[in-house]
Amino acid sequence: MLLFGVAVIALPIWIMFVAASHPEIRMTQVPLPMLPGGYFFENLDIALNRGMSGMDGNGVAYMMLNSLIMAMMIAVGKIAISLLSAFAIVYFRFPFRMFFFWMIFVTLMLPVEVRILPTYEVVANLGMLDSYWGLSIPLIASATATFMFRQVFLTIPDEMLEAARIDGAGPMRFFWDILIPMSRTNIAALFVILFIYGWNQYLWPLLITSEPGMYTVVMGIKQMLEAAEQVPQWNVIMMTALLAMLPPICVVIFMQSLFVKGLTETEK
Amino acid sequence: MARVVLEGIRKTYPNGFKAIHGVDVAIEEGEFLVLVGPSGCGKSTLLRMIAGLESITEGRLSIGDRDVNNLEPSERNIAMVFQNYALYPHMSVYKNMAYGLKIMGLPKAEIEERVKKAATILELTDEQLTRKPRQLSGGQRQRVAMGRAIVREPSVFLFDEPLSNLDAKLRVQMRLEIKTLQANLGITSIYVTHDQVEAMTLGHRLMVLNAGNVEQLGTPIELYQRPESLFVAGFIGSPAMNFAEARIDAAGKTITISGQEALPLGDGGMAEHGGKDVILGVRPEHLELVADAPDAVPMTVTMVEQLGADTLVHGHFGESKSDLTVRLEGIRHIKGGEVLPIRVSPDHLHVFDPKTERRLS
Repeated sequence: MLLFGVAVIALPIWIMFVAASHPEIRMTQVPLPMLPGGYFFENLDIALNRGMSGMDGNGVAYMMLNSLIMAMMIAVGKIAISLLSAFAIVYFRFPFRMFFFWMIFVTLMLPVEVRILPTYEVVANLGMLDSYWGLSIPLIASATATFMFRQVFLTIPDEMLEAARIDGAGPMRFFWDILIPMSRTNIAALFVILFIYGWNQYLWPLLITSEPGMYTVVMGIKQMLEAAEQVPQWNVIMMTALLAMLPPICVVIFMQSLFVKGLTETEK
Repeated sequence: MARVVLEGIRKTYPNGFKAIHGVDVAIEEGEFLVLVGPSGCGKSTLLRMIAGLESITEGRLSIGDRDVNNLEPSERNIAMVFQNYALYPHMSVYKNMAYGLKIMGLPKAEIEERVKKAATILELTDEQLTRKPRQLSGGQRQRVAMGRAIVREPSVFLFDEPLSNLDAKLRVQMRLEIKTLQANLGITSIYVTHDQVEAMTLGHRLMVLNAGNVEQLGTPIELYQRPESLFVAGFIGSPAMNFAEARIDAAGKTITISGQEALPLGDGGMAEHGGKDVILGVRPEHLELVADAPDAVPMTVTMVEQLGADTLVHGHFGESKSDLTVRLEGIRHIKGGEVLPIRVSPDHLHVFDPKTERRLS
């Protein structure tokens, strides 16, 4: 059963890999190959640097860079902002504290798709269309992460704050020296999730970028399929798709142990 | 080292709950004061007010002739040991101890010197200094928590039930270590506990708190020998003091537990309370089993507990409903249902007013 499940998930990836290793002509012939061919690195070169024939002659390398920058900005920005807002909500007594908490919480019900028109309007008016800021800022404000960090901070015993106060640590010192290291694993887990979330964004980049120079790789794949007046060049498209999968996989692999700890660790 | 003076300290929480109803005490330099009481009596609140973790609603607190009411905890020159140690889990033992000093801005060499010195006092090895708190046993964590307090070289140590997370054997050992340490360093200490054995053994003086009020302040022996209230009498001593309703005769020479023989009152009697209904208290260890004495009272045994060193006999006098416990030395073979002649020594009677619950005489 498990093997079957693995096969169902792995087969498309295998086909992708096979398709990415054959020359263009072979991919238009039936039956489609099931074993890898010898053109993998040539296709890689085409996809990354030269682009498909009939397009503007640029590969997807710059799109990968765009995606990377966007995903990093979203992940880092979200974590930074959520940490600070959760810190404020948990450790400071200010008027309307719970009101603000619920305000943040309510935005959970408003995903990008729902607020897309007003958000577009705002971003357009701020002149952030076709920029990294425009790509990432509207996706940074996040209730999920704030909520998660709030829960993490609530599990940290009050004595920790009291001990720090007796040691003479001010609020920001406490935040930086104690809270952040103590939520390290949660930050890592969230980074993985957010990086993939940012990387896989499709609708939002599609809306606010009109300049090809700002395209992201996920959009790039779609564009390739629609490249008019010719048969889709499956070898290059598949190679691009493979490339697009790569960074999230790397992030997951490198941060896996931290990720698992962050989701399961309860001992503080 | 410093004197700590509390004058009319009160605490009222924003929701109107009054936690502390006015505490006045001067803790002398180098003194070890134990705050003791049942949970919820306000002892931890009082300690946290001295530490600066809770605000003081009313009254004056001074440490070393300096008013500290409005100072931050770190400015009060105190160090605190918490019940769950509150060690920073991501820092090594060394860093845990050095953190406060680093914030004070001490030079690296001095931090190292102080940490090493504290480690020597507490018998922590260099290898242990590099470990994380979670790799240490409960007793070692406790030592690190104390180390963190020592390196600050404070004028006052505050302990908030530091031993309650340890197992019984370790608790006894750490209790001795704390006592020795405090005696050697000579630093004024305030120690909160609900354990009366800890309180009796550690403190130079004890302050018994009940529902935010100071019931009594005195040396452990004073509290044991002359409890000023019913509460203190019942709280200090284990097993707890026996109480029975009784009546003093008109002349104030004898006291009678309902329906029993009259017992003579020691020290020339209590003439001023003649004819009064009172509560009589007597400690289990002050009841003796006698072979045949004229003033013996027959006690019907209900239960016997063998502790090895002592035997606790539970029962009641004749038809009287009030249970009492007798502590007899050594191993005794006594069965339930037996009737034992018990003698109450007149020098060890405690007489309390049933209404005010204060000590009479």
